Amino acid sequence: MGRTLAEKVWDAHVVHRAGGEPDLLYVDLHLVHEVTSPQAFEGLRLAGRRVRRPDLTLATEDHNVPTIGIDLPIADPVSRTQVETLRRNCEEFGLVLHRMGEAEQGIVHIIGPQLGLTQPGMTVVCGDSHTSTHGAFGALAFGVGTSEVEHVLATQTLPMRPFRTMAVTVDGQLRPGVTAKDVVLAMIATIGTGGGQGYVIEYRGEAIRALSMEARMTICNMSIEAGARAGMVAPDETTFAYLKDRSHAPHGSDWDVALEAWRALGTDDDAVFDAEVVLRAEQIEPFVTWGTNPGQGLPLSASVPDPASFSDEGARNAAERALEYMGLTPGTPLRDIAVDTVFLGSCTNGRIEDLRAAAEVIRGRRVADGVRMLVVPGSMQVRAQAEYEGLDELFLEAGAEWRSAGCSMCLGMNPDQLAPGERSASTSNRNFEGRQGRGGRTHLVSPLVAAATAVTGRLSAPADLPQRVGV
Amino acid sequence: MERFTVHTGTAVPLRRSNVDTDQIIPAEYLKRVTRTGFEDGLFAAWRKDPGFVLNRPEYSGASILVAGTDFGTGSSREHAVWALHDHGFRAVVSPRFGDIFRGNAGKSGLLTACVEQEVVERLWATVEAEPTTPVTVDLVARRVSAGGVAAPFEVDDYARWRLLEGLDDIGLTLRHVDQIELFEATRPSQLPRTVPVDG
Ligand code: SF4
Repeated sequence: MGRTLAEKVWDAHVVHRAGGEPDLLYVDLHLVHEVTSPQAFEGLRLAGRRVRRPDLTLATEDHNVPTIGIDLPIADPVSRTQVETLRRNCEEFGLVLHRMGEAEQGIVHIIGPQLGLTQPGMTVVCGDSHTSTHGAFGALAFGVGTSEVEHVLATQTLPMRPFRTMAVTVDGQLRPGVTAKDVVLAMIATIGTGGGQGYVIEYRGEAIRALSMEARMTICNMSIEAGARAGMVAPDETTFAYLKDRSHAPHGSDWDVALEAWRALGTDDDAVFDAEVVLRAEQIEPFVTWGTNPGQGLPLSASVPDPASFSDEGARNAAERALEYMGLTPGTPLRDIAVDTVFLGSCTNGRIEDLRAAAEVIRGRRVADGVRMLVVPGSMQVRAQAEYEGLDELFLEAGAEWRSAGCSMCLGMNPDQLAPGERSASTSNRNFEGRQGRGGRTHLVSPLVAAATAVTGRLSAPADLPQRVGV
Repeated sequence: MERFTVHTGTAVPLRRSNVDTDQIIPAEYLKRVTRTGFEDGLFAAWRKDPGFVLNRPEYSGASILVAGTDFGTGSSREHAVWALHDHGFRAVVSPRFGDIFRGNAGKSGLLTACVEQEVVERLWATVEAEPTTPVTVDLVARRVSAGGVAAPFEVDDYARWRLLEGLDDIGLTLRHVDQIELFEATRPSQLPRTVPVDG
């Protein structure tokens, strides 16, 4: 019987297999950041162990990075301690580290692909659930906990139980104004936040094939919000074109060898998935969340749901709690919801295409009075590219704030936070209670909806905006 | 790692489902660089409410948490397990757990026991009626019991073995170091390395 993409990558990385035990998998790339690593290094030190493969390990500073004054020492002492601890650990264990403000620094899931380090058929792990992002290249990439970080540092392997496989096929063509973010939010609303549990999702179908690499990363990034451990897209010409000539991609004759291997990775025609979900691209509209988990979402054209309309008791209770936290009344059109803050950034939507799309909506328009818009590029390289294209000026002229690279308001570990009761439209991936600051209320949106919302001050799509004057 | 065989203690009924790891321990507590002392972050937002179940004196000293379904979803933060552990919990009972959380739990000696929703309901009722009811989680027999409730629970065989033996993961893996070396010797040479490339 044929094998799926995920199974092929898995099989090629088994170091040890024995009945009853998990497979021992080799890790091709281990990404490290300051939040989930200190205790892992502490563990190594306590046991007198070394990092087995510093040359397959890369560290960056992202979660705590202040996005203003990135060249100054961090004011918050605890944030500073985490960053300094990572620096000491990288020095002690001989790891490559991209420090804040440096040209290659950025959110861990943005810089791996950007450097060409994430390649088809690889296994990639990081102490961060959104490691699923890297699956867009046809890599098997998943988040791990701190003990597993220590395990990979010490052995370059991980004991893993095989995943089940799920195909999410998006047939047809997306309508204009509908983005990868809308696709994944719609997918999560369809299968639920636990629907992907225990699975690796492979995204397939015409609409997925038509997406750019960056858009595929957005989709794979949020696989974890459906409960899946990883998301993948089979590598194709789009993947190869993205990788070609990146600094860590294979060069010369190595490229040809690699290409041949990559082309053989796709799921075999006779392979069988353990579960299949089909979405119709034409039916997907701009999507926003109304609740406190990423599955509580609806098309922007809908209204806040009535908890009584949920037949499942758990879902009904969850909706009630969510609406109370979010300060929303059933029946309110989603388009009537006013926001205080718009956040454009994160490993979901902080890449150059995201900034371009939002900038195009903002161009010649103004951020509504009383609304603050934060634009936080996902990496310093994205920031430099955006500045080269003049996008920073478009945002600044519109009244938005232009920041340095980091996770920022995605999780509010740095000073970029919502105040209690404040409401945001955010291109990040989690709308959990307090995620963006205690008491903060988050609506997850695409970069296009974020930009249009900044202009009107209410959840909006670009199509809702009046024509620009004089442009 | 501490061994886990049979544990008896009192239990806290947490009548909530979908308790994600952001709720178990908010991001602000993740800035620490130590491995212990996370108990103050456990359910920090909810504990501001004096009526929250963990604040109630009748449940102080409990070592078993009985929670609704999908406990520990969301962020991979292992601090969620440490916070539960540091607070004194040895086991969490729920119909279903987040995958990463479950993996993390086993590594720190925290047992995650999967039971039917109906069992959770009965455990809740039992410990709400009488908070001092001793609850026994028997990993050897894979059974949980309290008052008139007794039911089997599910736990991954391998995780169970390691908990029973108190075995450390890295040590287990290093028994196969020859195979790791062999694997490394045959990895394709064009695979990327993170060290800076010239030119
Ligand atoms: S941007 Fe947000 S989701 Fe992504 S790595 Fe940073 S904190 Fe995590």
